Amino acid sequence: MAGKNELALDLRKITKEFPGVLANDSVDFQLKKGEIHALLGENGAGKTTLMKCLYGLYQPDAGEIYINGEKVDVTSPNIAIEHGIGMVHQHFMLVPPFTVAENIVLGSEPRRRGMLDEKRAIEDVERLSERYGLNVDPRARVQDISVGMQQRVEILKALYRGADILILDEPTAVLTPQEVEELIEIMKSLTEEGKSIIFITHKLKEVKAISDRVTVIRRGRVIDTVSTDSATTSDLARMMVGREVVLRVEKGPAHPGEVILEVENLKAKNDRGLLALNGTTFSVRRGEILGIAGVDGNGQSELTEVLTGLRELEEGRILFKGKDITNFSTRDIIETGVSYIPEDRQHRGLVLDFTLYENLIMGNHYQPPYARGIKMNYNKIRKEVRRLIKEFDIRTPNEDVLAKSLSGGNQQKVILAREFDRDPDLLIAAQPTRGVDVGAIEFIHKRIIEQRDAGKAVLLISLELDEILSLSDRIAVIYEGEIVDILDRKEATEEKLGLLMAGAGTRRAMGGGA
Amino acid sequence: MDRDKTIAEERKGQQSFLNYISVLLMPVIAVIFGLLIGAIFMKLIGKNPLQAYQVLWNSSFGSLRGFYETLVNTTPLIFTGLAVAFAFRCGLFNIGGDGQFLIAYTATAWVGYVISLPWFIHIPLALLAGIILGGVWGGFAGYLKATLGVHEVITTIMMNYISLYFTGYLIGGPLMKPGALPATPKILESARLWRVPHSRLNLGFMIALIAAALIYYLLWKTTIGYEVRAVGLNPDGAEYGGISVARNMVLAMFISGALAGLAGSVQVMGLEYRAYQPFGFIGYGFTGIAVALLGKNHPGGVVLSALLFGILSRGAMQMQSLAGVPKEVIEIIQAIIIFFVAAEYMFTLIARKIKRRRGGISLVNQ
Repeated sequence: MAGKNELALDLRKITKEFPGVLANDSVDFQLKKGEIHALLGENGAGKTTLMKCLYGLYQPDAGEIYINGEKVDVTSPNIAIEHGIGMVHQHFMLVPPFTVAENIVLGSEPRRRGMLDEKRAIEDVERLSERYGLNVDPRARVQDISVGMQQRVEILKALYRGADILILDEPTAVLTPQEVEELIEIMKSLTEEGKSIIFITHKLKEVKAISDRVTVIRRGRVIDTVSTDSATTSDLARMMVGREVVLRVEKGPAHPGEVILEVENLKAKNDRGLLALNGTTFSVRRGEILGIAGVDGNGQSELTEVLTGLRELEEGRILFKGKDITNFSTRDIIETGVSYIPEDRQHRGLVLDFTLYENLIMGNHYQPPYARGIKMNYNKIRKEVRRLIKEFDIRTPNEDVLAKSLSGGNQQKVILAREFDRDPDLLIAAQPTRGVDVGAIEFIHKRIIEQRDAGKAVLLISLELDEILSLSDRIAVIYEGEIVDILDRKEATEEKLGLLMAGAGTRRAMGGGA
Repeated sequence: MDRDKTIAEERKGQQSFLNYISVLLMPVIAVIFGLLIGAIFMKLIGKNPLQAYQVLWNSSFGSLRGFYETLVNTTPLIFTGLAVAFAFRCGLFNIGGDGQFLIAYTATAWVGYVISLPWFIHIPLALLAGIILGGVWGGFAGYLKATLGVHEVITTIMMNYISLYFTGYLIGGPLMKPGALPATPKILESARLWRVPHSRLNLGFMIALIAAALIYYLLWKTTIGYEVRAVGLNPDGAEYGGISVARNMVLAMFISGALAGLAGSVQVMGLEYRAYQPFGFIGYGFTGIAVALLGKNHPGGVVLSALLFGILSRGAMQMQSLAGVPKEVIEIIQAIIIFFVAAEYMFTLIARKIKRRRGGISLVNQ
């Protein structure tokens, strides 16, 4: 391609400072036309800040932005859009009850006699979708389509506004493995059509699979920009965290003790009133990690919610250390000795507008030493909280900052610190490393294994097979709300699990009837 | 090492001081704008704004009597402002201050005249009657929200009308003192609050200040406040932390209603000594929303903004009689203040633009 070496984008010496943090320290970044350029870095390294400066959501304190060779002062997203920049955010900005077509044209609707020209909107979207092989149904409502589809709608939205440069902010974080494959195809066909893509991620595998070049950012500085072919995964990992990362977790053999959690024939409905748990049965012993593997949406969320008292159980029994705790309140469950790392840390795990110290006591806030009667003891709280911040290496200026100002990995450490400090008998970890960087993943995995070795029962629910395989001692596969099989770690392979996750282990699939 | 620590602490102190300043800045700017625009209106109708504002100032600060009267005006607004602020901290919008006021007003009057007791029992009992009735009136809306998901704005508004007509019936009927006036009998001496001699200022004002201090303590020093605020900021997060969202909603609305109720109790016990049949809402509840908004839902801010509204409402009368300015001008000023506080986001944007033009140098960031 002729224009392959022309620059679509040239960011020069971008600097952005927040109170107490230098988020971008004179960052240079160049995007060639028609390339997929990965922006790799830990959480909090400054990737998103840089992109927000480019998209006009932040104003850099210093530095210049050149788009197609022209110096542009991007003071608002509108200016970015005018210059052909489109951003697909990590959290989608869609209107759920609207159709796909309505969402895509929103803000620049085709009109006829002052009214939305729905027919043309649908045609436009169909044409666009076909051209890039996106395959979306413009008439479907966004609330009814899968997360992967919603992401395509976001991409289409950017394309509809004439984007030539696409910024994808951690696009794979919410996708299933198959959807990731499809996204890679889409990204390739987009570059063939002459689009340039910035792909923000902290997953090394994907960088290797997708990108042409990669720029590594660490603590607000560019470490290097290299062509992807010339760097190995461990090279990249080293650049990213500044030290060798053990991608495989080291752990000794398990020494399972007595049964801590026993669930029998759980049945529960999801938010839409459909049966999401359909006779789930399993047990977890002291000193072992039971991994629940499965494709997203097979009852994992409902399972954790039922176990933590956040969702009502229709049928079945939950025994904790032999005691029936079925339909206990969340507080009672916490008090009996259950800790829980929720899958959605911003929505469930934290009160984002609370300070760090307020978040670190949540759930224990009414008990000594934090409180006596109704009176809270803030001296004690601060002392304890400072200890936790140190112990769990939470990177923060002090304990007074709001939780929302921390990076994802640090937010997760806050939850970990709080839940582990409770010294539970059972730890339920749902997607404990979702959206956190390699360094934090390693830290979190180590801590979870420490919990196991300290004689706690661990129930790990994860959509990432790698995580399940590297942590679990036994692996249960969930499919349509049922545990279809429980394998010992030694006999489990990716292929075997893959088949079970796809439903091959169910009675129906194994030969009909019964 | 010690030196570093003290520097760090000093910086922290400065930062929190700057935070306080920046929090106060917006309401102050709003008030200044309100007065400026009010002045333009007066000019337009051919009045002298300087003279009018002088009257406004003197009405509250020109004499001790005037100052006392201002505090009398301020008292119920502290209560209803606290009521709105407290509910808001739990993510709820209590529009029912007027209904809670009236029901407590009536209950307190009844307790005040129906039994004879020593004052140290009678006064707490009469206040308690208002707290409980107001609390139940508000708590019921919280209960409906928590159990059935009925929005509290709807229920509190409807409860306002129930309260208005129900108390109207009671005071004009079963509780009415036979005679020409549609009002209850006077409450006994033992249920009346102490007054500053030769004025109407009474202990109710002190009770309001104590209530503000208690609410501050409750919100930031106790587990109750911790839970209420957690529910207000993120109900799902709170629920996961073992906090009952439903229980806290009912509790917050009960306390909110009790605060509005106290305004009614104090009105009877310190000021009117009897309950008059209401012909409409007095509007303390609604003004309370503005007071809470201007006071940033903080008890300290509520006291200050209630005082401002007290000054304005006292001044309105005097401006009309002494400067010939219609009292509606004061209402315009109040409306503009509320508008500017509500439109704070707009100012934040403008401030950011100015900052950018100056090269992004900001005091707070350094």
